[in-house]
Amino acid sequence: MEKFKKMTAIAVPMDRANVDTDAIIPKQFLKSIKRSGFGPNLFDEWRYLDHGEPGMDNANRPINTDFVLNQSRYFNAKILLARDNFGCGSSREHAPWALEDYGIRVIIAPSFADIFYNNCFKNGLLPIILSETIINDLFNAVDSTEGFQLTVDLEQQKIISDSASDTEFNIDFELDQFRRHCLLEGLDEIGLTLEHAKDIHAYEKKQKEITPWLY
Amino acid sequence: MSAKTLYDKLWDSHVVRENDDGTSLLYIDRQLIHEVTSPQAFEGLRMANRKPWKLSANLATPDHNVPTTDREKGIEDPISKLQVDTLDSNCDAFGITEFKMDDIRQGIVHVVSPEQGATLPGMTLVCGDSHTSTHGAFGTLAFGVGTSEVEHVLATQCLIQKKSKNMLVEVNGQLDDAVTAKDIILAIIGKIGTAGGTGYAIEFAGDAIRSLSMEGRMTMSNMAIEAGARAGMIAVDDTTIEYVKGRPYSPDEQQWSQAVTYWQNFYSDADAQFDKVVTLKAEEIKPQVTWGTSPEMTMAIDETIPDPAQESDPVKQEGMIAALNYMGLIAGTPISEVPVDIVFIGSCTNSRIEDIRAAAQVAKGNTVSESIKQALVVPGSGLIKQQAENEGLDKILLAAGFEWRDPGCSMCLAMNADRLEPQERCASTSNRNFEGRQGQGGRTHLVSPAMAAAAAIAGHFVDVETITKHP
Repeated sequence: MEKFKKMTAIAVPMDRANVDTDAIIPKQFLKSIKRSGFGPNLFDEWRYLDHGEPGMDNANRPINTDFVLNQSRYFNAKILLARDNFGCGSSREHAPWALEDYGIRVIIAPSFADIFYNNCFKNGLLPIILSETIINDLFNAVDSTEGFQLTVDLEQQKIISDSASDTEFNIDFELDQFRRHCLLEGLDEIGLTLEHAKDIHAYEKKQKEITPWLY
Repeated sequence: MSAKTLYDKLWDSHVVRENDDGTSLLYIDRQLIHEVTSPQAFEGLRMANRKPWKLSANLATPDHNVPTTDREKGIEDPISKLQVDTLDSNCDAFGITEFKMDDIRQGIVHVVSPEQGATLPGMTLVCGDSHTSTHGAFGTLAFGVGTSEVEHVLATQCLIQKKSKNMLVEVNGQLDDAVTAKDIILAIIGKIGTAGGTGYAIEFAGDAIRSLSMEGRMTMSNMAIEAGARAGMIAVDDTTIEYVKGRPYSPDEQQWSQAVTYWQNFYSDADAQFDKVVTLKAEEIKPQVTWGTSPEMTMAIDETIPDPAQESDPVKQEGMIAALNYMGLIAGTPISEVPVDIVFIGSCTNSRIEDIRAAAQVAKGNTVSESIKQALVVPGSGLIKQQAENEGLDKILLAAGFEWRDPGCSMCLAMNADRLEPQERCASTSNRNFEGRQGQGGRTHLVSPAMAAAAAIAGHFVDVETITKHP
């Protein structure tokens, strides 16, 4: 997994609540047996005017120019600014894979769906929860200042505004320390768990007496 | 010892070790595997040269991509076919039990596992699918995981988890005859919202829940995720134990009494504390129809489409306007005047024998309206299909004008050939009415099997009570 320490990038606003993982990556692209290559089909149904299928040449498809990712001021955005309950619905890890493949590394929202939130950390993506008030201020800043950038510093747990906007931001954010550690170091969680193989064997030995039908 | 909730008991009995940072290493008794979220997990195992920790803990079956007609011809779409073939070859290579497409035990993972007794009370169960919450109906801690965690469980039989908070949803009172488990869970989601359960494990309780069959309880737990909760569960009682008895993966006679004694501990202690409690009166729940693009956008069959102008929260109001626009509906219209194009009865929410019986009961002696383009019934497993045919339900449904299909996820998410065309309106017994879920531009209304069958007969949404029943 790619490490995440500190990053400065443009933020793209997605101003709707309950963005579900079906919208992030529609089901027809889930037929892939690979982990990569989902980026061109991120938000496929909103991003293009035609119906997308795997194997299409996405460069030649008609673009929905109203959709925020297609507006030139947000090209190269690596931060996604979102609303409540982002990533709800299906557990598909293809959603964080698609976001990551597109280039998004940070998602800021007032709340996330649990499974999606969890999946982000397995893929070097940093989901940040902030209050509704701060999120509203960020939406306003992104809207009023073209090229608005934020610096996200995971080590310091801070978000700082870089560009000249009306509001200056210096925001602290919270997250689980284990997840922070794994992200900073790019750690393989399976390797970490296998360090406790002795404990797992001991648990199984004990449980074999209590629930023998499972062993 | 202090009083514990059902969730506390399930959690505590599976902690392998507690880490310093508040996370726990949680043991997973069972993992279910399907073709969509597993190929990258098997690939990860291979790349790290790892082997499954405990082969017998895993059970696989293809469901999302399988065709529901002409199965002997195989899968037409080469990309779908590759995904199912990949599951077959991975299970063969690693030695994991799989019910393949030609096996009568094949079906939707969340239908197959309980049917086989592979879902048992008091266990932890995961699957790379959000509707894994289904299995909570057995007093089981069951939740959906991503592909990285599928790989983690394959390799270690454990997951690093942080405990959720406890929520109790109590439904007390007497349900009306026409009200099903589907209506109860939609009413709950309508009340608490699609993010109402985020961060919580939900326990469903109360005498209205107790009175449900295991099929009904699975419908309830299945949709806990639509309320934002990864896990939804129901305490073990005689109904649970009776259902589990004698199934292929259930404990044998020698271990049965030990198992029952153990399982009977899985309920919330009388004085257990919940972080949040929600109560509903059974008498107030009516048959539900969703009107929007989120399961919380639900209404009773006798109501009119809500008006965004009445909503004070601007983000919610925007959401309602976008939903009505997508759904092609006008505020103030009675939902019973909305015509339907397609009817889909199936999915991990409502494809069990009781669901098929409910649909057949409405269909019996009636005819699908001429305005309906297609009415599909897709049983949840090959064994349910067989049972329904033994009961003659297929004949009743076919005579009424329904199609009788082979088992799979089908039009719930349209990864196979069964899908809606743009603007087609569907009365569906599935679990998600998201934009494009059943096909790009398709319009989904979630209902119970009886309500779906009733809509097929009437050609529009209708109170199932008004459909003439033929004994």
